[in-house]
Amino acid sequence: MTRLRTIFVTPAAVLMLVTIVVPAAIICVYSVLSRGAYGGVELPWTIENYGRLIDPLYGGIFVRSVGLAAAATVLCILLGFPLALFIAQSGARRNLYLSLVILPFWTSFLIRLYAWMFLLRDTGLINTALQSLGLIHQPLPLLYNTGAVLLGLVYGFLPFAVLPIYATLERLDKSLLEAAADLGARPLAVLTRVTLPLCAPGIGAAAILVFVPSLGTYITSDLLGGSKTILIGNLVQNQFTTARDWPFGAAISIVLMIVAVMLMFAVRRRGEELL
Amino acid sequence: MKRGLEVYAIAIYAFLHLPLLILAIFSVNASRFTAWQGFSLHWYQAMFADRDLLESAGNSLAIAVASTALSTVIGTLAAYALWRRASNWLAGGLYLSLVTPEIVTGVSLLALFQWAFRYVDFRLGMHTVILAHVSFSIAYVVVVVLARLRGFDPALEEAAQDLGATEFAAFRRVTLPYLAPAVAAAAMLAFTISIDDYVITSLVAGVDSQTLPMVIYAMARRGVSPVLNAVSTTIVVLLGTLVLLSERLRRA
Repeated sequence: MTRLRTIFVTPAAVLMLVTIVVPAAIICVYSVLSRGAYGGVELPWTIENYGRLIDPLYGGIFVRSVGLAAAATVLCILLGFPLALFIAQSGARRNLYLSLVILPFWTSFLIRLYAWMFLLRDTGLINTALQSLGLIHQPLPLLYNTGAVLLGLVYGFLPFAVLPIYATLERLDKSLLEAAADLGARPLAVLTRVTLPLCAPGIGAAAILVFVPSLGTYITSDLLGGSKTILIGNLVQNQFTTARDWPFGAAISIVLMIVAVMLMFAVRRRGEELL
Repeated sequence: MKRGLEVYAIAIYAFLHLPLLILAIFSVNASRFTAWQGFSLHWYQAMFADRDLLESAGNSLAIAVASTALSTVIGTLAAYALWRRASNWLAGGLYLSLVTPEIVTGVSLLALFQWAFRYVDFRLGMHTVILAHVSFSIAYVVVVVLARLRGFDPALEEAAQDLGATEFAAFRRVTLPYLAPAVAAAAMLAFTISIDDYVITSLVAGVDSQTLPMVIYAMARRGVSPVLNAVSTTIVVLLGTLVLLSERLRRA
């Protein structure tokens, strides 16, 4: 009875062990080693890599990354909640509306960022349009700044916020809303005092699904932020490529991973099951 | 309130879809500047004449086909095993692969490969990219297939076995046909994620395994170009079709 299950589970288990567990262990070990003379890692053991995380030089990058990720999370939830509500209330056409959210979710993040480069650059559509209308004379510096990165994050991760909120709204017991209305609550009161609290697990899941990838983002800041907006993701990438300081890059990775895992447990405890 | 919500939804859908639509319109613009000068397929011709693009598209396709085949098979089997009896270890590993930021997955795999290459005579190349892609697509396959299994009645398998089918025959002849739409949907998603990935791929690819997103990324960093508009439009249309098909199958 269980022999077949064992055979079926083995390839995935081996793969997860080799490509998830072992690499995580290697990164863990590297994070407490010293940087080698030629860019590798070597003894002695040290925790200095973690000490450097609070260095003011990098402190600014962390603060900016966390701030941007938090701002993107709040914006995605504020923008996503009404849309989820709209989809949940739209009856027979909800599958169509849902597909319109899912479609950008799966189609090339890279290309969607490029589309914004096309719109925001000095000779892009927005600046060209504003200039030809005579509203501005010099192009506005829309691209290559922190605002553009935030826009890219919200644009890229909005579907991550809409989907889990929609999922809880769909499962919501409608009779509770009717009961509140019958007892005299106005629509706005039903929304803020019944719907919203009942949606808390979905909103929590949305927050984490937006926050974690935003915190680790690398291409958004690279393409829309230019060289001025360096975030944690860029720092990690840089340590493993040009700077060749693997132990420091590993230490940052470990911190990112711990944050992601802790947030994941927080969501699972609230009963949002993915698997 | 209802009316206001509708207007709001239209605005958000415009925000989500207009940028790509505008890009598509300008991809058939005769001019290379942001001014409409008539319809032209010039940039599409230029796209098909670009050897870097074609070669990398070939690499991406080969990687996507190989990693999709592997991750769909491994993921489907794992989903079935998890459905029969939950495994905290495997589920934990899959969760971890879903929530780890891409850049961390990428550098972890790079560290793994560099470490392994000390003992085996190998270098970064197509095979390392394929292994990385299989690793991060499996969780998605499991999620999609497991969702379908939740609606499956185990009594059907038991009936097949009572009628003399072996355990494997019951799986192959009863369960698998029921799972077929979800497996197809999962395969399409795995394909989409694979052909689209830049962050992880760029870290574990070798000099001879440039993928399409890597070439696109390099082009985008140099700035906007009309050829890139054409490439983007082509990819979005192809992937979009695949995603919609997958959605339809998943809900079948």
